[in-house]
Amino acid sequence: MSSKTVEPVSETPVNYLNASFGLRSWLLTIDHKRIALLYLVTITLFFFVGGVFALLIRLELLTPRGDLFTAETYNKLFTMHGLIMIFFFLIPAVPAVLGNFLVPLMIGARDLAFPRINLLSYYIYAVGGTFTMYSVVAGGVDTGWTFYTPYSSTYSNTHVTAMVIGIFITGFSSILTGLNFIVTIHKMRAPGLTWFRLPLFLWSIYATSIIMILGTPSVAMALALVAMERLLHIGIFDPRLGGDPLLFQHLFWFYSHPAVYIMILPGMGIVSEIVPCFSRKRIFGYSFVAFSSLAIAVLGFLVWGHHMFVAGQSIYAGIIFSALSFLVAIPSAVKVFNWTATLYKGSVSFATPMLYALGFIGLFTIGGLTGLVLATLGLDIHVHDTYFVIAHFHYIMVGGMVMAYLGGIHFWWPKITGRLYPDSWGRLAAAIIFIGFNLTFFPQFIVGYLGMPRRYHVYPPEFQVLNVFSTAGASILGVGYLLPLLYLFWSLKYGAKSPANPWDATGLEWMAPSPPPTQNFPVTPLVAWEAYEYEKREVPVA
Amino acid sequence: MWNFPLFPQQASTSARSTDALFFFLLGVMLFFAVLIFVLVFIFAIKYRRRDTSYVPPVIVQLVSLEAAWIAIPFGLVIVIFAWGTLLYFEHRSPPPGAIEMYVVGKQWMWKTQHPEGQREINTLHVPVGRPVKLIMTSEDVIHSFFVPAFRVKQDVLPGRYTSLWFQATAAGEYHLFCSQYCGTDHAQMIGTVVAMEDADYQRWLGGGAAEGTMASAGERLFNRLGCATCHLESGQGRGPALGGIYGRGIGLANGRVATADEDYLRESILNPGAKIVGGYPNVMPTYQGQVTEEQLMQLMAYIKSVKP
Ligand code: HEC
Ligand SMILES: [Cu+2]
Ligand SMILES: [Cu+2]
Repeated sequence: MSSKTVEPVSETPVNYLNASFGLRSWLLTIDHKRIALLYLVTITLFFFVGGVFALLIRLELLTPRGDLFTAETYNKLFTMHGLIMIFFFLIPAVPAVLGNFLVPLMIGARDLAFPRINLLSYYIYAVGGTFTMYSVVAGGVDTGWTFYTPYSSTYSNTHVTAMVIGIFITGFSSILTGLNFIVTIHKMRAPGLTWFRLPLFLWSIYATSIIMILGTPSVAMALALVAMERLLHIGIFDPRLGGDPLLFQHLFWFYSHPAVYIMILPGMGIVSEIVPCFSRKRIFGYSFVAFSSLAIAVLGFLVWGHHMFVAGQSIYAGIIFSALSFLVAIPSAVKVFNWTATLYKGSVSFATPMLYALGFIGLFTIGGLTGLVLATLGLDIHVHDTYFVIAHFHYIMVGGMVMAYLGGIHFWWPKITGRLYPDSWGRLAAAIIFIGFNLTFFPQFIVGYLGMPRRYHVYPPEFQVLNVFSTAGASILGVGYLLPLLYLFWSLKYGAKSPANPWDATGLEWMAPSPPPTQNFPVTPLVAWEAYEYEKREVPVA
Repeated sequence: MWNFPLFPQQASTSARSTDALFFFLLGVMLFFAVLIFVLVFIFAIKYRRRDTSYVPPVIVQLVSLEAAWIAIPFGLVIVIFAWGTLLYFEHRSPPPGAIEMYVVGKQWMWKTQHPEGQREINTLHVPVGRPVKLIMTSEDVIHSFFVPAFRVKQDVLPGRYTSLWFQATAAGEYHLFCSQYCGTDHAQMIGTVVAMEDADYQRWLGGGAAEGTMASAGERLFNRLGCATCHLESGQGRGPALGGIYGRGIGLANGRVATADEDYLRESILNPGAKIVGGYPNVMPTYQGQVTEEQLMQLMAYIKSVKP
């Protein structure tokens, strides 16, 4: 691997950030790296909006009475928390920000296959987001993010239609991004970069893209039908009009279960990059980790009925969905075992990204294992729709996905911005987030098994103590999330300049300067090595 | 304040069987969580970077190890799956002779009816030690009937019946929650299940206003709505005799056979043209909009009670 000579410190070379100036050069850019930054800003905004809703929810739940909000307001809060976090943060975050930035760099390409479509994806996302924010500002939606019919299609008198249109539109952004990634990964790999030399991040982005393309149309249609039933009273879901309410659940979960993997697979990809780098070791079981991503993508489509064990679907459907749900747990377990084994005999350092990755392994393990309870037919009867489920999926989504996302942001921040952030602050924030997270969500497993249903703003007093823990944890978590916002911003101006490869990592993206020039690589690199050949890297200087 | 519960009361037969499986699974979860945590911890500490010139060995993969950590979890999940499925069957198969009670959910209350005729709102009295089967439907949106102390839950759907059963094992008052989000006052759609010793329960039944049993209320309706003019007990009327049809296979005009369960009876009354009984003309009028969910349930109780 040829390494570039150290850049002259005095003047900044031309890179994608300073290549052109002005609002126009950003808003109409077709550079995948700039588009990634457009997403980063927008997604961060949505994350904090969704986060404020979460804090308000936790505040209300501090006491068993409904003292802060009316029932209507509370219902809107948890609905909008869910909708914004899922459709506007969790689903796009890693693919649209890090995927956009990294896919071309990791394969030695100039850009994505369709740069203009990439920009279009962003604007579709922005338009969808605008509709959603409109429906929030206009008074909100109270259906829960799941839009169960016939409540959403007939009974709710909130701004369901605008919200549904927003999500429908955003879906196209997802589809186009997935398409772009798939074509790019197939067609634009640098010479010598075979499939089995790809960084695992790309395998998981690839698997994610498949889900985005195949699953999104289903939820889009389901939501479009809800809107049509609201506007035209066609009888699709409401039994009074001759419809079937369970049909909606099938259509909805056919996408929304795989969507869980849209959220977590890219996170797993990030962890697969970070763990080898900070263990200075090849990933253990590369091909097993790679294929487990594909296995998850395929099996993930066959388990949607596990959301309907008590919904009134047939016993036999329940049995099949339960069996398949257990199967999909195996590839996730394989990944966890392989990451753990990668540490073995490594040279482990604890820089900020690694702390997030290790945190991810721990929290994802808990999230995954508690998923077994939900996949078990007889047990799901008791815990379904209780806080046990809430705790389970927050361990996956927040403990897993958000930890990985933050790990990735910290890992590639020097590449993206050309600046280093203070590592001690980074580690402090990671620790605060880990503690705050567990304090928030672990008690919810207990209160869930006790029987506290989800979406209750008033609850029996015996559940209060556990809820107080949760709320306390949520405030710590909130501080933890604000910290990176502050020091990362700070680093933009005051952070030390980053060399091309601050972590001494393998991977093509680290061969480009930090930040990379607009065309990424002056000459297309020739890849003659396997992924993660850390044994061949020169020893890092302390 | 600190003596709050960490584990729910066990007040039904299925509570015990559910918790048994839960504790088994808790063991499995603890084992794997501790395994991963300990390994990550040990590796991270033991192999922490001390000497920056140390180059870790290349370990690409170990197929036997991969096979082991695919096969062992696989074997384990098969056990959990099988056990969970058996438990599910137990939940889904009410023992013969269970007392049938009826539940109607609506935004935001639970209405219940006992076969003896008692009606309650947001409360349900049940005897200890006898299986009770609930036949449930909703007037509007989807609700879910959840009694944590019994470990039972079932969504309640508009336009069709779902059911669940339990056998209380300890007298007491237990939370009843609606666990499927159903709109504004979802969190207030709560109530109490009162389990009483059988003798107390009989006394409670005796104390209620005597409107007659559900079946007799159903019979009165049957006459008032004119059903009886066509459905003669002799079978000589324009419609088939209804005695003993509940649970039987019905030969339809299109050659298929339908089982006369609750959903079939419901459809026969609200949408009689959907499935025509073989040998009969499609002349029965629809009763859509003329009977409430509770009246439908009374009619059903009556039809079930008629002897062939
Ligand atoms: C005009 C005469 C008529 C009236 C009034 C009538 N039915 Fe019927 N009913 C029929 C006929 C004819 C059939 C068989 C053809 C069919 O399935 O529609 C039938 C079928 C049924 C069946 C299905 C029986 C089977 O063997 O599968 C049920 C249950 C039933 N009726 C209940 C009722 C009830 C309850 C009422 C009153 C609310 C009622 N019917 C009123 C004529 C009538
Ligand atoms: Cu799912
Ligand atoms: Cu409800």
